Amino acid sequence: MNFMDFFRKKSSSNIAKDRLKLVLVSDRASCTPEIMERIKNDIIEVLNKYVEIDKSGLDIKITQVDAENSTSGTVPALYANIPIKSMKHAV
Amino acid sequence: MSEVIVITSGKGGVGKTTTTANVGTGLAKLGKKVVLVDTDIGLRNLDVVMGLENRIVYTLYDVIEKNCKLQQALIKDKKTDKLYLLPAPQTKDKSAVNPEQMKSLVDELRKDFDYVLLDCPAGIEQGFKNAIAGADRAIIVTTPEVSAVRDADRIIGLLEANEIRNIRLVVNRLNIDMVDDGNMMNAADVVEILSKDLIGVVPYDEKIVISTNTGIPLAGDDSEVGTAFMNICNRIMGKEVPYLEFSRKKGFVNWFKSLFGQR
Repeated sequence: MNFMDFFRKKSSSNIAKDRLKLVLVSDRASCTPEIMERIKNDIIEVLNKYVEIDKSGLDIKITQVDAENSTSGTVPALYANIPIKSMKHAV
Repeated sequence: MSEVIVITSGKGGVGKTTTTANVGTGLAKLGKKVVLVDTDIGLRNLDVVMGLENRIVYTLYDVIEKNCKLQQALIKDKKTDKLYLLPAPQTKDKSAVNPEQMKSLVDELRKDFDYVLLDCPAGIEQGFKNAIAGADRAIIVTTPEVSAVRDADRIIGLLEANEIRNIRLVVNRLNIDMVDDGNMMNAADVVEILSKDLIGVVPYDEKIVISTNTGIPLAGDDSEVGTAFMNICNRIMGKEVPYLEFSRKKGFVNWFKSLFGQR
């Protein structure tokens, strides 16, 4: 650690704040990992009808985004990144 | 016009009972007629914090079961006029009382008092449900720690689900030196995370330990903590009171003042 790193080091109060914000995202979404898994499987099932999905690259989670009316802070949003291998063309 | 305020937190040990005792004492000192209700059935503590543990004859359970009249169970404070305690039974458990019974008890108290303060037990189970049943508004006590703030957030969700919308925060046990050093979240951080307005900030002070040792609340004395609690009381009554400036950072002015024994 060089001299400047010392000043760049995050204070423990900021670490606490960041950790809290993260843990509250999942608390507030009141979404258990079990339900998340079911949502994920259902999305895959639906998409599978139309496209071939790269399941290893799948990333689905609940995050916080800024609300459109800025007064209410953040709201939970479903974030999904689903890589498509190829389209399935209907016969 | 009376108000029923539940003092809650989710997490245990953050200062609910101490806050209830001091806010009640402060409101009574401001001339209001106040009753403190200990709803922590089986683990009562408000009586010892108030120094009234030797005067308990009947409890809220006896009132609910009609073993005695309400007036018989109310204990008058030994120091402050217009201040009363309704203790919890120590030998029962939380399921001995249900939310409907608590609500009718609280509505009975409403008739006689300006403020009914409900000291809520820790947790989110039966005891919590009993405590919030008759409340108009809530004060959430939290400390600037990850675990306490997380639990406070959960409590806010549960209160709102029960139609209690007037929710304000007390940030308790703020260690000012640690905040100055960046090692403790400050009140503004807690407000930002929980998106609820403050009603008070209480600095950490060893005097609180002495106060609970002796059973004499600090509200209204000349200490920083006593003033902080008194400010909360004034804000409950709707007055605008500026927040105390908490910083121990040594500037020249502060250093100069410290020479004369002032903060």
